[in-house]
Amino acid sequence: MKPGSVAIVGAAETTQLGKIPDASQIQLHADAALNAMADCGIGPKDIDGLACAAEWPTELAHYLGITPTWVDGTMVGGCSFMIHLRHAAAAINEGLCKTVLITHGESGRSWIGSKALGNNPASLAGQFEIPFGCLGPPTMFTIPVLRYMKAYGLTHEQLANVAVVQREWAGMNPRASQREPITVEDVLSSKMIAYPFHILECCLVTDGGGALIVTSADRIGDFPTKPVYVLGTGESVETPMISQMQDFTSSRAFRVAGAKAFEESGVSRDDVDHLMIYDAFAHLPIYGLEDLGFVEPGEAGDFIWERNTAPGGRLPVNTNGGGLSYMHSGMYGMYALQESVRQMRGTAPAQVLDAKVSVCHGVGGMFGASGTIVMSNEAA
Amino acid sequence: MTVNPKTLPRPTPETLHFWEGTKAGKLLLQQCSVCSHIYFPPRPFCPECASRDVGIVEASGRGVLYSYVINHRLPKWIDAPYSIAVVQLDEGPRMMTNIVDVEQTPEALVLDMPVEVVFDAVTEDITLPKFRPVSGGES
Repeated sequence: MKPGSVAIVGAAETTQLGKIPDASQIQLHADAALNAMADCGIGPKDIDGLACAAEWPTELAHYLGITPTWVDGTMVGGCSFMIHLRHAAAAINEGLCKTVLITHGESGRSWIGSKALGNNPASLAGQFEIPFGCLGPPTMFTIPVLRYMKAYGLTHEQLANVAVVQREWAGMNPRASQREPITVEDVLSSKMIAYPFHILECCLVTDGGGALIVTSADRIGDFPTKPVYVLGTGESVETPMISQMQDFTSSRAFRVAGAKAFEESGVSRDDVDHLMIYDAFAHLPIYGLEDLGFVEPGEAGDFIWERNTAPGGRLPVNTNGGGLSYMHSGMYGMYALQESVRQMRGTAPAQVLDAKVSVCHGVGGMFGASGTIVMSNEAA
Repeated sequence: MTVNPKTLPRPTPETLHFWEGTKAGKLLLQQCSVCSHIYFPPRPFCPECASRDVGIVEASGRGVLYSYVINHRLPKWIDAPYSIAVVQLDEGPRMMTNIVDVEQTPEALVLDMPVEVVFDAVTEDITLPKFRPVSGGES
């Protein structure tokens, strides 16, 4: 895409986050969508493009009263929304539609109206991974880390410290689920989930949703909000099997998506004021910082320990508190995008002063997929 | 470790040879006749060069412990923490497994330690390939 040719003009999360016992999954999509439409002063009849994951676009279009000329139901896990945004930019630039709504909603905690993602025992993962006692992401997404620790000397304290720093950010955010300060010692003495991961190194399980409204940059005058320009986008997938990822110390999907987004945007790493890295578990920001090229392989543990990503640091990361402390409904990517938009609008609870460029990096599955967005509050 | 019947593998036409193999006490990989690539999991073509000219080869059953977690969040049918591990076979491919016949602790489960396959007949139809430390530490 041409950098800055498309802008995010509407953005909102669900009215509530955390525990929402009175809304089903599709209503969480709708609540976020209605909030995003209100944010930028439009209604369902103004929308002609629709992208969502976990619900079919057909269901959302009917539920919200939208008549789309373009839909995208790409579902590759928690980074689906970065990829929707990338596809929406291409569709808008190609003239397939003018105003795209991207929604996420997930009753991850209350489990109301959610579609069960059951095991398929005939799939390759169902035959060659699940039978060995795998019980969801805490027992699988975490497997590469001991190899990383041996390769680069990352310590248990450095891994725990990722959660500590993000809790500092969460403490500045009234909407964060967990805000009490924690120490490395607290993390290491918290309940063991899957060695080497303690519960404070694993994401929250919550209910919520979010939505974005995207249009071409030449239409930003039609909307009352401060536009956030999309400068570059990237996407990739690697494997649905954690045991088969090529390199246990680095994600190929991260490297491909990240490089593509930076190349497209023309932005250098040094230009980045704010960074979101989807953190389902404490090792994700470590892999992300390295695979996106902000630090060399093996350096991220020290980089975070030296407070570069903490409040006051030179590269603020996961400023909403992240999946570890803000919220995590299951497919967290939408909340990372929302925080990037808030930072670019200047409305984040923990606002990075004068931030002009934000990078938002998502993971899908367990290092299975990735989407990266480079955005700015200044047109390219 | 007790196996949950809901998570038993369901072989497909492309993977049946592997499961017939474990039942017969053999760990079977595949090798491309064109580029010699040895690969896993099973599929009837080479993931490196896409040739359909592939054959089945028996692995040595030897490898090293590549990475793992020890699951402490136990379902009700399992009574003690257990390893979920990835082994790197001497032939190259990696596979998920459990490390058995050894304490399930970080002290006992040391990365790069040599391991060898053992076959765990969990049902009449399904035998899972698991790995144990090689006695005497020889690889």
